[in-house]
Amino acid sequence: MSEIFDILLTASFWAATIRIASPLIFATLGELICERAGVLNLGIEGIMVIGAFTGWVAVYMGAPLWWGVMAAMVAGMAFGLLHATLTVPFGLSQHVVGLGVTLLATSTSYFTYRLMLPQVTSPPKIEPFQPLPIPGLSDIPLLGEALFSQTALTYAAFVLALVVALVLYRTPLGLALRAVGENPAAAAAQGLSVTGLRMGAVIVGSGLMAVGGSFLTLSAFSSFFFEMVNGRGWICIALVVFGAWRPGKAVLGAILFAAFDALQVRLQQTGIGAIVPYQVFLMLPFILSILALVIMSRRAEVPAALMQPFNKGER
Amino acid sequence: MTGTTQEARDIVLRLDGITKRFGPLVANDAISLTLNRGEIIALLGENGAGKTTLMNILFGHYTADAGQVEVFGKLLPPGQPRAALAAGVGMVHQHFTLADHLTVTENILLGTQPLWQLGLGLGVARDKIARLSADFGLAVHPDAKVSALSVGERQRVEILKALYRDARILILDEPTAVLTPQETDALFETLKKAVARGLSIVFISHKLHEVMAVADRCLVLRHGKLVAERDTHQTSGAELAALMVGGAVPELSPSTAKPGAPLLMLSRVTTPDAEAAPGLKDVTLTLRAGEITGLAGVSGNGQAALSDLIGGLIRPESGTLELAGATVAAWSAHDAILAGIARIPEDRHKTGTIADFSLTENAILERYREAPFSRKGWMNWGAAEGFARDIIQTYDVRCPGPDARIRLLSGGNMQKLILGRVLEPGPKVILANQPVRGLDIGAITFIHSRLIAARDAGAAVLLISEDLDEVLKLSDVVHVIYEGRLSPGFARGSMGPADLGLWMAGQGFDHAA
Repeated sequence: MSEIFDILLTASFWAATIRIASPLIFATLGELICERAGVLNLGIEGIMVIGAFTGWVAVYMGAPLWWGVMAAMVAGMAFGLLHATLTVPFGLSQHVVGLGVTLLATSTSYFTYRLMLPQVTSPPKIEPFQPLPIPGLSDIPLLGEALFSQTALTYAAFVLALVVALVLYRTPLGLALRAVGENPAAAAAQGLSVTGLRMGAVIVGSGLMAVGGSFLTLSAFSSFFFEMVNGRGWICIALVVFGAWRPGKAVLGAILFAAFDALQVRLQQTGIGAIVPYQVFLMLPFILSILALVIMSRRAEVPAALMQPFNKGER
Repeated sequence: MTGTTQEARDIVLRLDGITKRFGPLVANDAISLTLNRGEIIALLGENGAGKTTLMNILFGHYTADAGQVEVFGKLLPPGQPRAALAAGVGMVHQHFTLADHLTVTENILLGTQPLWQLGLGLGVARDKIARLSADFGLAVHPDAKVSALSVGERQRVEILKALYRDARILILDEPTAVLTPQETDALFETLKKAVARGLSIVFISHKLHEVMAVADRCLVLRHGKLVAERDTHQTSGAELAALMVGGAVPELSPSTAKPGAPLLMLSRVTTPDAEAAPGLKDVTLTLRAGEITGLAGVSGNGQAALSDLIGGLIRPESGTLELAGATVAAWSAHDAILAGIARIPEDRHKTGTIADFSLTENAILERYREAPFSRKGWMNWGAAEGFARDIIQTYDVRCPGPDARIRLLSGGNMQKLILGRVLEPGPKVILANQPVRGLDIGAITFIHSRLIAARDAGAAVLLISEDLDEVLKLSDVVHVIYEGRLSPGFARGSMGPADLGLWMAGQGFDHAA
């Protein structure tokens, strides 16, 4: 047990937690926006892959890092447009379309990567985002290194969470978005365009998922390789539920999951790691997340019209 | 100033030659009408007469195939709810269009502001809502979530929504269907206040006494056509009813009941609360042979628990059930059917029928495992079809044939098939939950007379209905259910609608044992 406390007291553990949480925060917020508008976006896993790939390609070809992020966002929005078109005006099954988008986006990324670099065995690296210590704040012991010596993209994730929360709860746009996810007929009766709002939400949300994916290549691993997203998209779907469809709680959930992840890596290096097979540690964040999900989401208010297509004028 | 221009200024709404078809059905056939400033007109008609369709066209939910809508002298572009709202038309839908997880204020604000604006201005909105609440007598808490409100309160929110947008014309679609008599009176007070302030109101209903009480003019729709227009003080309920149906309305006058032995007895039964509705609280109820027991109450007060209990879908937490003198311990839906309990479910689409099954399949849905419909594990479709044909003939089910899918039938014919399905085996107890909701007068009369006939043949009937008129007309004994508790039984004629309304609002229960 003392090993765990030792780990919890190191700044590097907390810094890693925040770093691991960042892509999850982007993608979870993206999924949250979609679901608040009533659309389950299972394309998230593939959209994160296309985001990771597009961002990396852009920078590899010589674009500045922020352009890479923008390129990832545009690619994500394109797949978001595909998802939205099929699920909103056409009203097709959101499960089937989502899984289809995931398969399409993932294989498009891998295929293009192979076309571009047919012979490569070790993936080429790019120069990633560098830590950007915030003057003053980064000198605070423990907290400074954990929170205020991160990359610009990590700061952006937390700022984004605040922006999403403000838009959702403090602007007419947010109210309209929540209303189409709760009762689209009510929104339509007030003269709002359910189709427009839902499509907009899916497109913007998909853009954010792709930014989350690009964090992996542009800030975390500095290269693109197969299986790099590795189920993070599915975790984000669970995090939205964990956060009861609220941005603040969803960010907390992402940090919690990231902490388990950072913890298991460090635990493998300790005495416990010598006895317990490492696969058990790999399972740890998922098992603990499931437990937390069970406890946290029991009283959650699911958007009432989630996964319900809306057709105007139907009898 | 001539008379015509004076008149033209007072007309706030003009519908001209509105026609709307749904496939082969002509829902609205060249309907023209006008509404004056400060006037309440009633739009009367049976279900399917085209009232709601007409109002949905006016409000822009549907686009008319022909005809035009003029509000305050300006042509309204078709198919745009936003344009109708901007022109000052507010609609209170029959099925409320509120988002349950949002607050009252959020629901009212929805769509009133430009989307791309920072801040919601909740403070200003609250003030305006408070002012409107006071002016029109529409008390409701602005920060309550809609899911926590009663049906009456939700309707007030709907009306506030329209008033908040400065609506000058209010359309109310069957507003009293879900209200207690007291809530209905309060609604009428609100409408009178609104008219006094120069608003104009279209009131859609099929309850004649309400129309007579509140409207200045009545317009009667039948089969999509406007068939008559009457000043309220120059007509009578009987005339309007005849106009709605297109002929004289048969009067139903049940003979005096001859109550027999108790068939089903509930003693001190309590059931667990469900998510949205309360369970039963210490309910004692006796259903006697040859008697119709009516259960009045606002929906969501434990009616579902009672009908699920008797139908065998849930079990009591405490208390006992006795059927014909024998205590029933475990009781499944299948046991209930075999024991002679006939169920007419509340929702014929959701739990009463399977839409894509044929009439034959639906007719044997409750007994397909029994002889003669199946033997030794094999279906006998011949017997099943014969049974369906019998029902179709005896119960006057209008349909293409026993092989037709039941979704093609109208509500009334669907309900007649269900009625035949449960009455043919000669049940002991009949559980009729909202048996005529949404049906036209012809079907209502048919189903009511069959229930009375079953009573006279010695069955115990439990009639659950939100329609107080229906309960009072048919029941030999009336109970009121409120938050899972049951009032004492009141004999026929001992209580008027107003008295029962007080019980429906929960008064009297504190003193009752």
